[in-house]
Amino acid sequence: MSSTPETRESPASRNPEIEKLAEREYEWGFVTDIEQEKIPPGLDESVIKLISAKKNEPEWMLEWRLKAYAQWQKMTEPTWALVNYPPIDYQDIVYYAAPKSDDDRPKSLDEVDPELLETYEKLGIPLQERAALAGVAVDAVFDSVSVATTFKDKLADLGIIFCSFSEAVQEHPELVKKYLGTVVPRNDNFFAALNSAVFSDGSFVYVPKGVRCPMELSTYFRINAADTGQFERTLIVAEEGSYVSYLEGCTAPMRDENQLHAAVVELVALDDAEIKYSTVQNWYPGDKNGVGGIYNFVTKRGACRGANSKISWTQVETGSAITWKYPSCVLQGDNSIGEFYSVALTNNYQQADTGTKMIHIGKNTRSTIISKGISAGHGQNTYRGAVKMLKGAEGARNYSQCDSLLMGDQCGAHTFPYIDVKNPTAHLEHEASTSKIGEDQIFYLNQRGIDTENAVNMIVNGFCKEVFRELPMEFAVEAQNLLSVSLEGAVG
Amino acid sequence: MTDNKRIIEIRDLHASAGDKAILKGINLSVNAGEVHAIMGPNGSGKSTLARALTGREGTDVTQGEVLYKGEDLLDLDPEIRARAGIFLAFQYPVEIPGISNSTLLREGLNAVRHHRGESELDAIDFLQIARSKADVLEMDHEMLSRAVNDGFSGGEKKRNEILQMLVLEPHLGILDETDSGLDIDALKVVAKGVNELRAPERSFIVITHYQRLLDYIIPDFVHVLADGRIARSGGKELALELEEKGYGWLEEAPAR
Repeated sequence: MSSTPETRESPASRNPEIEKLAEREYEWGFVTDIEQEKIPPGLDESVIKLISAKKNEPEWMLEWRLKAYAQWQKMTEPTWALVNYPPIDYQDIVYYAAPKSDDDRPKSLDEVDPELLETYEKLGIPLQERAALAGVAVDAVFDSVSVATTFKDKLADLGIIFCSFSEAVQEHPELVKKYLGTVVPRNDNFFAALNSAVFSDGSFVYVPKGVRCPMELSTYFRINAADTGQFERTLIVAEEGSYVSYLEGCTAPMRDENQLHAAVVELVALDDAEIKYSTVQNWYPGDKNGVGGIYNFVTKRGACRGANSKISWTQVETGSAITWKYPSCVLQGDNSIGEFYSVALTNNYQQADTGTKMIHIGKNTRSTIISKGISAGHGQNTYRGAVKMLKGAEGARNYSQCDSLLMGDQCGAHTFPYIDVKNPTAHLEHEASTSKIGEDQIFYLNQRGIDTENAVNMIVNGFCKEVFRELPMEFAVEAQNLLSVSLEGAVG
Repeated sequence: MTDNKRIIEIRDLHASAGDKAILKGINLSVNAGEVHAIMGPNGSGKSTLARALTGREGTDVTQGEVLYKGEDLLDLDPEIRARAGIFLAFQYPVEIPGISNSTLLREGLNAVRHHRGESELDAIDFLQIARSKADVLEMDHEMLSRAVNDGFSGGEKKRNEILQMLVLEPHLGILDETDSGLDIDALKVVAKGVNELRAPERSFIVITHYQRLLDYIIPDFVHVLADGRIARSGGKELALELEEKGYGWLEEAPAR
């Protein structure tokens, strides 16, 4: 274990990886005429105007983007996270590409990279879902349009809005205007400002007063969701007494040529409302030597605005070369509850700096933080969390538990808990542990007939149990499989 | 005695841990149905023998061979040895947080069954077996859903080892100082578990420092290990002799 991250040379701004991906695309046979729908790399006001125009956005949305852009220009990229990567050239990024039409997609699974399919197999992803995940033109494979339509009808009956962010801007401008940027302000941080200026698309969810959303809302059911990855923007509003559970991402590796991802997610929970937000992030982590991989800079924050409201974040982060992500809760309403359950795994040369902020403002607010970091190979895993209890947070309580599991002796685990308490009645508990996956544990399981690979999986899954049990059932099973796939070869 | 009744045959086994030679030529044959006790002072190599037989990394066999049911054992991976029916009750059972006892047992049992060409057990059949075995050891069924050895007392851990042995039904059970740290009542329960499993087709190697355990698990043979060799072998009365005289006399007496 080293105490500082390994410095490595990652050819992020060089091109071999992109070339490789380009070749792969060619191999899969869907390099087509999409050039006219791409704009050249670089960012200035005209690009933002173009993005807005392509999406046919109203004037107010464009203004909002331009203000964000102006703010972003005055900001500098943060450097406090424990991650190393070569400088990002923001003028070398393409900020708009039209969504792929069905003609640009593979026509069937036969045209999809066999390696990708093999991984789906290992993850136990149902056959019909594999096609959609691999980006196969959906109509060609199964009738998911009708699935999605049935789904939408059901939700509409309850008054629940679940649509793409772009659609919400068109159809529900009053709701978007009312809540957009109220949890994560445009100038909140460098990456949030960039997202605010150039966001591509994302999800919008609105659950009306007193409605309990009867199903897990999953991005998977939103057609074309896969194309919105780079600068995703999501807004979820839960009105008084409502409940919604939202699943983001999926366990299958997503194909994506964009190296930089900067998403923003805002959640608003009013009186007695509850939002459960679960993420499985499995973007391309780079290869065994740390070449390539996604840089994931995400701002996620929920506001428990109402009394007795609750926001719960559960994340399983196994992908990306760099993860910079702190899903947080602002506990404004009295008796409101914030939760953060996280599993972050770094293998090979992955680096993750992730955690949460719990900001206690209201009386008797409560928060729970359970963070499980797993480092293997040369992976570096940092928990960074802040618990703030403001003056008015009478009787506030927090419980934090940060556990790290190390596999091998080349990886690192780091914990940075920040605590700031302004109210003397507040109560905090913090527990932390670091353990090494033990040869004696593995041998013990071997001696019961269990092979080493399975033994490691069992030990790791046992370590993550407290987080996995917060995930919706099917998701939890997939997450377990995902960990084992991600750790393949970590213990030889 | 025909070969097919022979469970394990250890021939001139030498093993070391790091640079240190610990076993210096062990010869031992165990036939089906027999219980062999291995006694000896601390550092005589008792636990190393268990490690060598189960394939623990860090214990290197430097000479000799071991045949298990007539086949070479030492080339097999630890999990293959386990599936083939060799079970070790650990002297220091390992804690595995977050994995329930029943998960471990089911995974293990199914691995063993798979190896034997039997079908995997479903959850209900498995639970029935596990519960009935827990009853033998007077263990609360709740122990099955607790994480493996996590927060168990010393006695609970040892009992848990025997529970696993009852469920997995090995052909050769190796007990490594299972009696250490047990009070007399727990010792009796553990012995009951072992005796329950005694059968014409099954053998045991019982490693112990004290004679006490052998009052409850009556051995067919007793071997005394000293300085990496079997210094004496005899019947169950040898254990009593040791109890009386201690191990000191071994150093003076020439190996037989």
